[in-house]
Amino acid sequence: MKIVTGFLPSSPLNVSKSVTVHAILMAYTVIALFPIIVVIINAFKTRKAIFNDPLGLPDSDSFTLAGFQEVLLRSDFGLYSWNSLVVTLLAVGLVLLLGAMAAWALTEYKFRGNFLIAFLFAMGIMIPIRLGTVSILSLMVELDLANTLTALVLVYIAQGLPLAVYILSEFVRTIPKELTEAARCDAVSEYKIFFCIILPLLKPAMATVAVFTMIPIWNDLWFPLILAPGEETRTITLGVQQFVGQYVTNWNSVLSALTLAIVPVLILYTIFSRQLIRGLTSGAVK
Amino acid sequence: MASVKLNNIKKRFGDVDVLHGIDLDIKDGEFVVLIGESGCGKSTLLRLLSGLEEITAGDLYIDDERVNGRSPAKRGIAMVFQSYALYPHMNVFKNMAFGLKIAGKDKTFVNNKVVEAAKKLKIDHLLERLPRELSGGQRQRVAIGRAIVRDPKVFLFDEPLSNLDASLRVQTRVELGKLHQELKATVIYVTHDQVEAMTLGDKIVVMNQGRVEQVGSPLHLYHHPQTQFVAGFIGSPKMNFLNAKISSVGKENTQIMLESGRVISASIDSSNSKAGDRVQIGLRPEHMSLPCKENKIEGKVTLVEHLGELSYLYVDIPKEGELVLKIDGDNQYKAGDQVVFGIQPNNLYLFDSKGNALTRLTTSLEAE
Repeated sequence: MKIVTGFLPSSPLNVSKSVTVHAILMAYTVIALFPIIVVIINAFKTRKAIFNDPLGLPDSDSFTLAGFQEVLLRSDFGLYSWNSLVVTLLAVGLVLLLGAMAAWALTEYKFRGNFLIAFLFAMGIMIPIRLGTVSILSLMVELDLANTLTALVLVYIAQGLPLAVYILSEFVRTIPKELTEAARCDAVSEYKIFFCIILPLLKPAMATVAVFTMIPIWNDLWFPLILAPGEETRTITLGVQQFVGQYVTNWNSVLSALTLAIVPVLILYTIFSRQLIRGLTSGAVK
Repeated sequence: MASVKLNNIKKRFGDVDVLHGIDLDIKDGEFVVLIGESGCGKSTLLRLLSGLEEITAGDLYIDDERVNGRSPAKRGIAMVFQSYALYPHMNVFKNMAFGLKIAGKDKTFVNNKVVEAAKKLKIDHLLERLPRELSGGQRQRVAIGRAIVRDPKVFLFDEPLSNLDASLRVQTRVELGKLHQELKATVIYVTHDQVEAMTLGDKIVVMNQGRVEQVGSPLHLYHHPQTQFVAGFIGSPKMNFLNAKISSVGKENTQIMLESGRVISASIDSSNSKAGDRVQIGLRPEHMSLPCKENKIEGKVTLVEHLGELSYLYVDIPKEGELVLKIDGDNQYKAGDQVVFGIQPNNLYLFDSKGNALTRLTTSLEAE
């Protein structure tokens, strides 16, 4: 938002407009951050303090790290994080690669079935993948992939690919045709054209797609629960569930685990969004 | 370097015929300019030559080898695009070296090639820059450099100067001319700017609606256009056309009656026509002299454009139409003045009702 308002001339009308815009965005930010902040502050409080004053900050009486101790020492938190990280990175990486390739092929080459494939990808955006859970499960069982991270990665690729192809296709279209033609005159093979010319130019778009793809995968509980509930293959979101009991829920541990779970995804997001902002501004200045 | 031969080249997009059989012979080291209005197929023809577009029918030979269906690289061509098409994420050096690197040439060879080309184009101090940090003229030079390093058989230029501002265009044009003399390369150059065509081309190919209208040296096209289209295209400002009728035919002299009844004589062979044929008479702005002796015409000045060394007079001739005159800049004419001017009989052009030129008698100066 800073970028946009920076370019506006400072007439009174624009000032009021920018105040309104900022107010709306601030309100949204507060609403979006509220649950996260509640999770984080309560992760550092005693169980009693959590229930007595859920919104209060931890003070000397209520401060405790019991939840973190519980999570880090008495559960396989490291393993869960690792599983989540592996699944997320593999899935996002493959979605980006395959999505960019598909987007390039669908926009650059004319071939039979081009429209049909594009149409199927569009359908993929509209139809939620969870509708197919039962058949996905039976497929995975038949392939002997139940309780493996591979199953999750495959499903997440399928889940992320349609939107990735859609967004990247739009970006591919903005790349001037002359660039690929110049490369063809330079005797560059089609693969090299894709990897050496198209892919670097798609970076900002890929950052966007990475963010869009990454968050739902990291946060997903559904598929880990169904496809990979085994102790060895649990992801963070599923791992946290062991503290949620039928009769007693260990809120300290749940909130601490969730707090820890935010960290890796936050780091990933920072990396991608830097790339995203750099891409946006470089395009704007030119 | 190589010769290029086009044999009845045709191109169809869907149901639309874009090129209707182009025949062309380009000699080794020749600078050929394809010129025509937008949509005449000149850029399409260039893309067919490059291999970026498929040839529908006909044969294309480079160095007597049929190259239809071959990839651009295998044809040994290099293309320079109007939009430069530099790879935005690579610096100048990498842009120029990319093709060679892909071809697996060794590092010192690539280095030498690029530096040599960069020196030739005076961009050797820019090698580390990214394309977006360069001016338009510099970008165009990088694009040309990228073509040079590959030692292509044929250079293809697609309106390379169109994106430059006027003064830079003139400067780059001169440099291109010098570069061609230095490289002695075969060049095929597309433009819609007749000044570029006249100044750069050894040979100009005038295209009209997917056909070659006329091929010839710049001066030949200027003095002996075969059709009214070519006559109107070559020369600036454009040739003036007036409706007229032949009043008497002859092998060396033709009498023409203008619409107002005025009769003028022209050194044109009209032995294949007959008196009474409707014709268009062509008058170049620079050929109408003030004051005058022969073929007097008078009219009223409606507008004067002073360009310094010369002036354009827009003169309204009663019952005929408006003519543009190009005269010496040292004059006092203003709108509303009455002027009398004349035109030498050997400076006139005549076109029949189908737009074909009647043969002009050559003077010793224009003989070619």
